[in-house]
Amino acid sequence: MRVAAIVYRLAWRNLWRNHRRTLIMLAAVAVGVWAMMFMTSLMRGMVNEMIRDAVKSLPGHVQIHHPLYRDDPNVVNAIPPPAGELLAALESPEVVAWASRVRVPAVISSERESRSVTLLGIDPVRESAISFIANDMAEGRFLESAADSGIIIGRKLADTLDTEIGKRIVIMSQDPDNEIADRGFRVVGLFDSKVQNLEESFVFAGIETTQKLLKIGDQVHEVAIAGSGFRDIDPLYEKIAVAAGPDLSVLPWYELDSYLGTMLGVMDGFVLVWIIVVFLALSFGLVNTLVMAVFERVREIGLMLALGMKPVVILGQIVVESLLLLLIGLLIGNVLAWLTVVPLQDGIDVSMVAEGMEMFGASAVLYPELSIDDVIMANVIVIVLGIVASLSPAWRASRYQPIEAITKV
Amino acid sequence: MNIILRLAWRNLWRQPRRTWLTTGAMVFSNIILVFMVSLQFGMYAMMIDNTLAVFTGHLQVQSPGYKDEKKMRQSIPDAAALGASLRLGLGIDTIAVRAAAFALTSSEERSLGIQVIGAQPDYEARVSTLPGLLSEGHYLSDTNANEVVIGSVLARNLRVSVGDELTLLGSGRDGSFAATVVNVTGILESGMPDLDRSFAQMPLGTFQDVFSMGDDAHEIVVKTADLSLVADAKRQVEESLPASANLVVHDWDTLQPGLKQAIQADLAGAWFMYGVLIVLVAFSVLNTVLMSVLERTREFGIVMALGLTPGRLGRLVMLETALMGIMGLVLGALLGGGLIVWFGIHGFSYPGMAEMADRFNMPSRIYPQLQLIPLLLGPLIVYVSTLIASVYPAARLNWLQPVQAMRAA
Repeated sequence: MRVAAIVYRLAWRNLWRNHRRTLIMLAAVAVGVWAMMFMTSLMRGMVNEMIRDAVKSLPGHVQIHHPLYRDDPNVVNAIPPPAGELLAALESPEVVAWASRVRVPAVISSERESRSVTLLGIDPVRESAISFIANDMAEGRFLESAADSGIIIGRKLADTLDTEIGKRIVIMSQDPDNEIADRGFRVVGLFDSKVQNLEESFVFAGIETTQKLLKIGDQVHEVAIAGSGFRDIDPLYEKIAVAAGPDLSVLPWYELDSYLGTMLGVMDGFVLVWIIVVFLALSFGLVNTLVMAVFERVREIGLMLALGMKPVVILGQIVVESLLLLLIGLLIGNVLAWLTVVPLQDGIDVSMVAEGMEMFGASAVLYPELSIDDVIMANVIVIVLGIVASLSPAWRASRYQPIEAITKV
Repeated sequence: MNIILRLAWRNLWRQPRRTWLTTGAMVFSNIILVFMVSLQFGMYAMMIDNTLAVFTGHLQVQSPGYKDEKKMRQSIPDAAALGASLRLGLGIDTIAVRAAAFALTSSEERSLGIQVIGAQPDYEARVSTLPGLLSEGHYLSDTNANEVVIGSVLARNLRVSVGDELTLLGSGRDGSFAATVVNVTGILESGMPDLDRSFAQMPLGTFQDVFSMGDDAHEIVVKTADLSLVADAKRQVEESLPASANLVVHDWDTLQPGLKQAIQADLAGAWFMYGVLIVLVAFSVLNTVLMSVLERTREFGIVMALGLTPGRLGRLVMLETALMGIMGLVLGALLGGGLIVWFGIHGFSYPGMAEMADRFNMPSRIYPQLQLIPLLLGPLIVYVSTLIASVYPAARLNWLQPVQAMRAA
């Protein structure tokens, strides 16, 4: 115990013998650690926001379809509404919300223009708990019931169609016998979306109205299920998959949108690579500082060895010196990162490159997120690799021959 | 050899370990910079070329407002003739005229809403790579033929193959009912799922008849031989448009704003990371130079007492850094360049890249090219910043008092 106290004291005092050098190195460590955290929080924030947005517009963390529907989104690839065991699983406490939807390709026409869109028949009560649309109504009203005869379209689509709330539009699609199914709807509401593509390509009507239009009875095309968060949804997914049985295709979000699933993995890899690259750039300076610290103390180390200090204590002393340097640097770096991330929590506006961010699938506002896991990972990596890097100069210091060291000029 | 240069060189090797460690920091950052910047430049060029070559072209003549609203009646009068005169005026034949409309497309079994493009059979292949990507059948034969070419996924969803008929239902430019029957003559297999799901082209002449377009069309697409010629071509096109016509010329970054912004967003993130690396290297150099100056205080005191001016001494210190910087630059550029050459032969990829690449029309494995600017840009910035970092230690010499310096411990 006494030895440890001495080692610590020696290391601490040695650290401040050349305060300029120590301060420069501290600044380097602090900047490096700050950069690790800041960049990580930005990237994490971007990807998390991206996934949350996408899950809202998919929508849901898990979806159930007819096995052929995803490849061929046709009216005939429908499924009966959830019943029996599946319904019981959907009503279990792990499921935060679920909604079944009719979803078919259609053509929407105003008196002037036509566009191809995806027509969604929804149950407004269930839907508002799960997807973006009820919360992003820009004008007019949301659907009132499953049998509502109105339709909700995106604001951008309303502009291109030259239509507005209160006007009529015509929806054309096909029924299961490939007869043209068409019907007029009154536009009752407009929605906004962060992703322009959604505003242009989705229209929402009551589920019962759409089922009648398409002549599909009570069948649906999609059941969307939301869990409590996008991470760790596998238990929920497995439970639903078992309850749904082999005749239905049940998929989690990361397979529904493989780009998103991949991005999450790529980001985990990126964070690790970034932290290590920054550390390596730091390590040259760190090792250099320690080499210098040892070199200018050769005689002193020789003397201590001659007086009977064990080589392992010398080694410990250098390692502790490096450790202290890293700990102070980490502390400053972490505090700096926290101080920069907190004021930015409300979002960084990058709307000048909004359409570019959209190509990545991200939104025009970045919300940095400093996750505790990333903070721990960065700190642990810096400390562990820092100790590894300081072993070489420390080892050399402990291997000196006392006589040679003392007499060294 | 200049005496100062000789001194500087020898001083560097008084502490070979320190010199190598500091150079190592530079080499490490330089390798990363060379590799990443080359990769980025290559990817950006590919992103732009591939995206534009598929369909957009470098320039488009349109009616004002068409770009954002894509309304049928925002058309170019007498478009084919204007296209022909532009071909003559610019002396290139990579100019094609297009029109677009949305229609409900029905086969015997299925109906889907899609966007149909009217294209000039003789010129479309010169501005777009798509006509060359047919997996079955042939491209449109004549401008008045009753033909259509569709994407492979679309063909599968409509359950049609080459030779089958498709019925198109939509509205014409004047709001009238538009309907026709066309034969599927070719199937497009682009490998890009979105395109294969939505692509449909028919001859411009037929399109104009069906959709009551008269001689109008929506876009005149111009492809130049190289990106650098776009500005010139734009000016030429603008000049050759008839003064009476109310038309605008858009270049590729207006047509695909996301592309340039995605590049900008990516660059901004990347330069933040490079900046951090460069700052860390600069700290490392600052530390080394400061140490080397401090440990020579006595020596400097003596040479100054002998009449060496602080200015020359400062130059000596700067020269030492410059020499070290050159070693870092040369080694870094060589190793980084080597890495690029290696990946240029074997290709570079990382997990998840295939999904990312899809979004930007890129191959999932890239073969970076060695180019001068990406090779030298990063290392030169590192070099300059190391010189800046050595200014402080060099400037300190101005305050050095020879007598005190000689007595320094």
